[in-house]
Amino acid sequence: MDLKYPARKFSRSLLTMGNVGLQLLWYFLHILLSIWYSIISIRCFIESCFITCGVLEKYKSLNTGKLRYLAIVIESEDAHQTSKVVKLLQWLDSIGVKNICLYDMNGVLKKSKEAIFGKLRNAKPIEEVNEAVTLHVPDHMTLEFVSYADGKEAMVKAANFIFVENLKRQNFGGEIDGQVMSESLLNEALKVVGCKGPEPDLLLVYGPVRSHLGFPAWRIRYTEIVHMGSLNFMRYGSLIKAIYNFTKVHQNYGT
Amino acid sequence: MHKDTGGITSNLLGGLCSCLRRCIFGILSMGPVPNHIAFIMDGNRRFAKKRNLAEGVGHKAGFSSLMSILRYCYELGVKYVTVYAFSIDNFKRKPKEVQSLMELMREKIEELLQDESIINEYGVKLHFIGNLQLLAEPVRISMEKAMKVTAHNKQRVMLVCVAYSSSDEIVHAIKESCKEMWNEVQNSKGATVSNGTIGQLDRSLKRNGIQVNAQDSCKDCTGQDSNGSTDRSGEAETSSCCGMVEIAEEGKHGQGKLPAIKLTDVEKNMYMSVAPDPDILIRTSGEARLSNFLLWQTSTCPLYSPAALWPEIGLRHLIWAVLNFQRHHFYLEKKKKQF
Repeated sequence: MDLKYPARKFSRSLLTMGNVGLQLLWYFLHILLSIWYSIISIRCFIESCFITCGVLEKYKSLNTGKLRYLAIVIESEDAHQTSKVVKLLQWLDSIGVKNICLYDMNGVLKKSKEAIFGKLRNAKPIEEVNEAVTLHVPDHMTLEFVSYADGKEAMVKAANFIFVENLKRQNFGGEIDGQVMSESLLNEALKVVGCKGPEPDLLLVYGPVRSHLGFPAWRIRYTEIVHMGSLNFMRYGSLIKAIYNFTKVHQNYGT
Repeated sequence: MHKDTGGITSNLLGGLCSCLRRCIFGILSMGPVPNHIAFIMDGNRRFAKKRNLAEGVGHKAGFSSLMSILRYCYELGVKYVTVYAFSIDNFKRKPKEVQSLMELMREKIEELLQDESIINEYGVKLHFIGNLQLLAEPVRISMEKAMKVTAHNKQRVMLVCVAYSSSDEIVHAIKESCKEMWNEVQNSKGATVSNGTIGQLDRSLKRNGIQVNAQDSCKDCTGQDSNGSTDRSGEAETSSCCGMVEIAEEGKHGQGKLPAIKLTDVEKNMYMSVAPDPDILIRTSGEARLSNFLLWQTSTCPLYSPAALWPEIGLRHLIWAVLNFQRHHFYLEKKKKQF
């Protein structure tokens, strides 16, 4: 009887020590991970410098024809830095990418719209342009500003629009015609509620994590999603590399 | 004699690997463990081509990989595992290939329902997610049987996306929401809906359409200032939104209560509503796109694309994905609260 209590106490101490040991190992693993990412960052920085200076041959001639529409997701906290956003757009303009969709979750970029247009030489909002994606290379930039409200909530607005239209078509009687509902109908409804932008070919994420952060789901079915790191450490060379890698991608589209 | 020694050695080695794996999972469990991991199983055909094998062999190797990964996930403590087995786009492949894939799926489902399989070992509930009506009857029947047989399991869940695409899922959810709304309207009125009520809803919708931009920027202001203090469901209700609240209020004061479809109605009708949103999405073979998979559910989900082909995926890829998930967990939780 007397021996059970110290035995239990001993096993509890062992368990606590074991847990502490495991936690220390966990922290150690994450420290190793951070060191690894620091090494990767330095390597990317050096590579980016080489690309910017034109040392690496393959990045010199970039064919941006395949990149018809580019989307950029920016972490909302970084999106306040309008000067950085403008600089990024100027880089893209110089590379030859003219049709761009800017997204941030909280709509910070939407509020900075005027400031951004003010600093760019020849940029037009998508609302003023007939066709965002054209066969010929335009002489001006087309910018679209999107936020979380243009994703799931816009889809709900489209759903309500379809419901009302269906009711009218049914002359207020009978069942909702299930055959009427289709992807093309939803596309039309989304255009009516204000979501006109085309599907981007490439989505660059400027934030801590490679995640689209609520970009309108309907538009990124086959979009390449590339993580660029924080906007604070954006580099011209990394941008060139991301676009170059995109031009080399081949998609099967399921076949 | 040699065979026995070989057998004992491989058993010992297997035991050692299993022990090591449990130790590593023990360490990983000191941090947040993902509740739901989704996989896009890409690269089976390339694997077969690389090793000069018949195409079907690639898919069979892929299935073995799936079983290993499933075991690792469940051992780690992941409750939901979703896999993208067959897309609606894949129907465009050669009919012979599609048929052999369907046959393989049916065969493997039967295998999974055996007593000694992983399904029974971990008490896994099976869900087949997608437009199952597009599948041939034998496959569909075996899937329905598997779902029925495992319906009582509560410990783990496996979601297999077959004949699935996100766009089809969204269209289906909206169709179902419209049907429900229609029934609700019929039941609440007790008679056919009058011209006046529809006209009123139409006007509200149009007025709402004109106000879209102003309302959105107001909502964005609110979203920013709230400091993410409201909980997730509250956020969905209040943010879904400017227009919907207005329509509902118009309905209340108008000729009759004409409710509007809300975000929660659409989400409830998604095929994937049986599981929470994924915490990690892993796509093998290095491709950086979602290919119409879980587009709606991956707003705050980190996307990981190891270069390995699906049959080559191993424990190290899973560990790497989980470590990265843990690294960004705090940031992603903060983002989820803002939605």
